[in-house]
Amino acid sequence: MSVITIQLGQCGNQVGREVFHAISKDLHSTHGLCSRKENDAYQAASKERFFSQEETGVPAARAVLVDMEPKVIGQTLSMALKSGSWKYDDQSHFCQKQGSGNNWANGYCVHGPKHKEVIMDLVQKEAEKCDRLSGFLTLLSMAGGTGSGLGAFVTESLRDAYPTLFLLNHVIWPYGLGEVIVQNYNSVLTLSHLYQTSDALLVHENDAIHKICAQLMNIKQISFQDVNQVIAHQLGSIFQPAYSSDGASQYSRSPLGDLMEALVPHPEFKMLGLRNIPQMSENSLAFSTFAWPGLLKHLRQMLIANAKMEEGIDWQVRPPLPGLPPSQKQSLNRTAHFNTSIANLITLRGKDVQTADLGGFRDPALYTSWLSVQDALAVWKTPRAFNKYEKSASLVSNSQFLLKPLDGVVAKAWKMFASKAYVHRYTKFGIEEEDFLDCFTTLEQVIASYSSL
Amino acid sequence: MTQSVVVQVGQCGNQVGCRFWDLALREYAAVNKKGLYDEALSSFFRNVDTRADGDAADISRGKICSLKARALLIDMEEGVVNEILQGPLRDVFDSKQLITDVSGSGNNWAVGHRLYGCQYRDRIVEKLRKAAERCDCLQCFFVIHSMGGGTGSGLGTFILNVLEEEFPEVYRFVTSVYPSGEDDVITSPYNSVLAMKELSEHADCVLPIENESLFDIVSKINQMTKSGKLGSCVKQSSLVTSGGIKPTKEKPFDAMNNIVANLLLNLTSSARFEGSLNMDLNEITMNLVPFPRLHYLVSSLTPLYTLADVNVPSRRLDQMFSDAFSKDHQLIRADPKHCLYLACALLVRGNVHVSDLRRNIERLKPSLRFVSWNQEGWKTGLCSVPPVGHSHSLLTLANNTCVKHTFLELKERFMRLYKKKAHLHHYLHTDGMEQSCFSEALSSLSDLIEEYNQLDVTNCGPAIDPPRLKIAM
Repeated sequence: MSVITIQLGQCGNQVGREVFHAISKDLHSTHGLCSRKENDAYQAASKERFFSQEETGVPAARAVLVDMEPKVIGQTLSMALKSGSWKYDDQSHFCQKQGSGNNWANGYCVHGPKHKEVIMDLVQKEAEKCDRLSGFLTLLSMAGGTGSGLGAFVTESLRDAYPTLFLLNHVIWPYGLGEVIVQNYNSVLTLSHLYQTSDALLVHENDAIHKICAQLMNIKQISFQDVNQVIAHQLGSIFQPAYSSDGASQYSRSPLGDLMEALVPHPEFKMLGLRNIPQMSENSLAFSTFAWPGLLKHLRQMLIANAKMEEGIDWQVRPPLPGLPPSQKQSLNRTAHFNTSIANLITLRGKDVQTADLGGFRDPALYTSWLSVQDALAVWKTPRAFNKYEKSASLVSNSQFLLKPLDGVVAKAWKMFASKAYVHRYTKFGIEEEDFLDCFTTLEQVIASYSSL
Repeated sequence: MTQSVVVQVGQCGNQVGCRFWDLALREYAAVNKKGLYDEALSSFFRNVDTRADGDAADISRGKICSLKARALLIDMEEGVVNEILQGPLRDVFDSKQLITDVSGSGNNWAVGHRLYGCQYRDRIVEKLRKAAERCDCLQCFFVIHSMGGGTGSGLGTFILNVLEEEFPEVYRFVTSVYPSGEDDVITSPYNSVLAMKELSEHADCVLPIENESLFDIVSKINQMTKSGKLGSCVKQSSLVTSGGIKPTKEKPFDAMNNIVANLLLNLTSSARFEGSLNMDLNEITMNLVPFPRLHYLVSSLTPLYTLADVNVPSRRLDQMFSDAFSKDHQLIRADPKHCLYLACALLVRGNVHVSDLRRNIERLKPSLRFVSWNQEGWKTGLCSVPPVGHSHSLLTLANNTCVKHTFLELKERFMRLYKKKAHLHHYLHTDGMEQSCFSEALSSLSDLIEEYNQLDVTNCGPAIDPPRLKIAM
C-alpha cells in the first residue's frame, strides 16, 4: 500500500526532500546484506509505498508540496531533480507569493480556506495514482505560520475528505530558543488542533537532533540540512518495509495502519516519539561492529530513562517494583524520572535479526496497568540492512517522553498570553482569545492524561 | 515573490534613497551573473523596454533591458531630486516617479503635512497606485524620511496616512532619521514630535536612526582604515566604493547614508534571496512587535567593515555577534544591553551556520535582560547570499526600552520651545493647524514613553507566573 506525503511550509519541504532522498538511497543501496530475493521484495514494497513509476523511468515521490512562498519549493524541486534517482512530480506542488509571516492564524484562517480546493485537488491526483492507499503523512513544523497553521487546516481537510484513511502528522518541535518568537503560541494552536483530528503525532525535537549531530555524528558546524538528514534517517528506519510478525511471508501492507494499531490503543494518547540506535558518522561506522544484545540493552535504557540518544543515558533509572499501589508508583516514577510507556514498536533491521532477544521490552513494569504486554509491544523485523548500518534498531514509543517539553511550551505560551502580548496579531485574522483558551484547555488535558500514567 | 515600493521624501529621504538604489544595483550586479531578470531583482526593480514609448508593459522574464526602481521621489524643492536625475542613477528613475515643488516647506511640519498634503494628495495617490499596479504581489512600502525638517517629517507622515487608507493590507516600514541635539533647525523638536504621533499611529514598524550615531560609526570606520594596524586597505571593488577609489567624489553624507542603505538591503535580503531559514518582512512585525504601538526597532549592523570600502582581516565570527549588542554599534545613541528587551531578531547573511547562531545566542543571553513573558524572545534568519565583497554580516533588530531615551530627549527639547510658545505662530498660520495638535502630539509621545516605563517598572520585581488552567480529572 502507498503513503502520500504532504510537505508543508519551509521546514516540511526541507525535511521531506531529505526523507525521500534517504529512502531512495537506501532503496538502491548495495549494502543490503540479504538474499537477492529478499532485496527485491524489499525494494518493490518500498517503491510502492513512496514512489510512483513515471514514463521517463525516474520514480516520482508520492508527495504534495505546499508552501505560501516560492523560494523553498523551487529549491526543493531542483535539488530532487539533480539527484537523478528520484524526483517530484512537476505538477504536484502549490505555492503562493507571500508567506504566512509566522502567524498561525494567517495560515489557518486565511490561506487554508482560500487554497483548500487547489491543494485537495493535488492530493486527489496523487491519490488516484495509487493502487491502494494506506493514508497520509504530513510533514510540518509547528513554529512558523504555513506549516503550523495551514498544516492544521490541511490535516482537517484530509480527515473530512478521506475519513477512513490513516493520518499521521510528523511535527518538528522547534528549538527552545531562537527560531520564532511566537512559536509557543503557534505550537499550542497547532498541537491542540492536530490532537483532535489526527490519528497520531510523531514528534522530532530540533534540540535533541541538534545534539545528535554534535555528539554522535561529530559535525562541527551544524546546518539545517544536517539536522534534517538525521530526522530523515530515523523516519526511513520505521517507514521502510519490515515484517510485522514472525513468520510473515509478505512485507507489511499497511504501514500506517499497522503503526497506529501497535501504538495508539486509546484516542486520548497519541504522542509518538522516535529513537534509534546506532547513529554515527559514516567514518566511524566503517570501524564499528554491533551485537544485538548491546544495542537492545541501550535502546531499552534510552526508553525508560527518556534519553534521545545512546550517549549520556542515565543508567540509574529503573522500572518501579511490581506490586506498588498506583499512587505511590506515580510519585516514585516522578522522582526517578522513569518514563512510563503506553505502547512501543520496535523495528529491527539487518543481520541475524531472528536471534535478537527482546525480553527486556516485555517487562510489564515498563507499561501502564491497563494494557497487557502482548498488546503494548509490537516488533517488526527484516534481514535487509538499512542505510549502511549492518544492524539497526528503532523504537517508536507512545510514552511520557514529551511531557516536559509540552509542559514547557504551554507554560511559556500561557505566560505570554497573560500579558496579552502578540494576541492582536491573531485576532486580526479571526483567532480570538476564546480560541486560545480552548487550545490551552485541550493541551492541559493531554498533559494531565500523560502525567497520570 | 513579493515586491516593495520605496517612498523617499524630503532632502534627507532622497539622499538616503539615492545611496540605497546605488548599493542595491551593485548588490544585484554581484549576485546576478547571468544578466537575466529574476524574482530577486523584481522585488525592487521593474524591467522595461525603454524603446517602446509611453507606458510600456513590464517584461517579466528574460534579459535585463532597462531597470526601473520601484520608487517614488518626493520633495518640495528641486535641488536634490534634480541632482539625482543628472547623476549616474538617472536611468533608474523616470519623470513619472517624481513629485517636486519649488518653494520648500521651510522646516515647518504643518506646511508639509497640511498644506502640501492637501495640495498633492491626488497626485501622490495616483503615482502610488501606478507603482502598486506594476507589482505582482506588493508586500511593503518603505518610507525614508527625516524627522527634523518640514517636507520629510510633515509630508512624509502625511503619505503614511495615505498609505494606510489606500493600501491597508500592505506593510508600512519607516526609516526615520532623528535630528541630533545640535541640529541647526530650530523648530526640529516641534517637527519631530508632531511626526512621532503619526509614526506611532500609522506605521507598522519604525527604524529610528540618529545622525550622531551614524557620524560616530563613520569616524570609527575611518579610524580603522587610517590606523592600518589591522592590515586594512581600501578595497578596489566593494559595494560602497563608487567606481574605483576617488574619495574626492564622495559627498560628506554619503558614508553615513550608505549605512542606512545597508540597513535596508540587509533587512530585505532574506526575503529576496535563498537561505536555509528564510525571514520574510511580515515575520519582522509578527515577531518583534508584541503591542501595536511599540513598533520602534533599534538596529545595529556588524561587522562595521561591511559598511565601508575597507578590507579588514576577518576577526572571529563571534565578535560580530558581541559587537551587535554593544552601545557603539547601534544606529541610535542607546544602550540596549542595559535596558529591557521585548524581542530581538538576528538576520544573518553569508557563511554562518545554525550552530554558530545557537552558540552565540546561548553565550549572549545571560548578559541581556528580557521581559518576563518573553524570556526566549529571539527570532533568527539565515540568508545564504552574503553582502558584496564580504563573507558574512549581521543585522540585529531589537525591540528594547532603551529607545525611550531618544524620545525623552526629544520631549525635553520640545518642552523648552513649547513652554515659551516659541515659533508656534509659524505653524498656526497653516490651515487646519491648531494648538491642540501640539498638545495631542505631546501627550501621544508621553504615553509612548510611559508604556516603555511601565514595562521597565513591572520587570524589576520578581516575576510571578500566572496560575495555569486546572483540569478536572
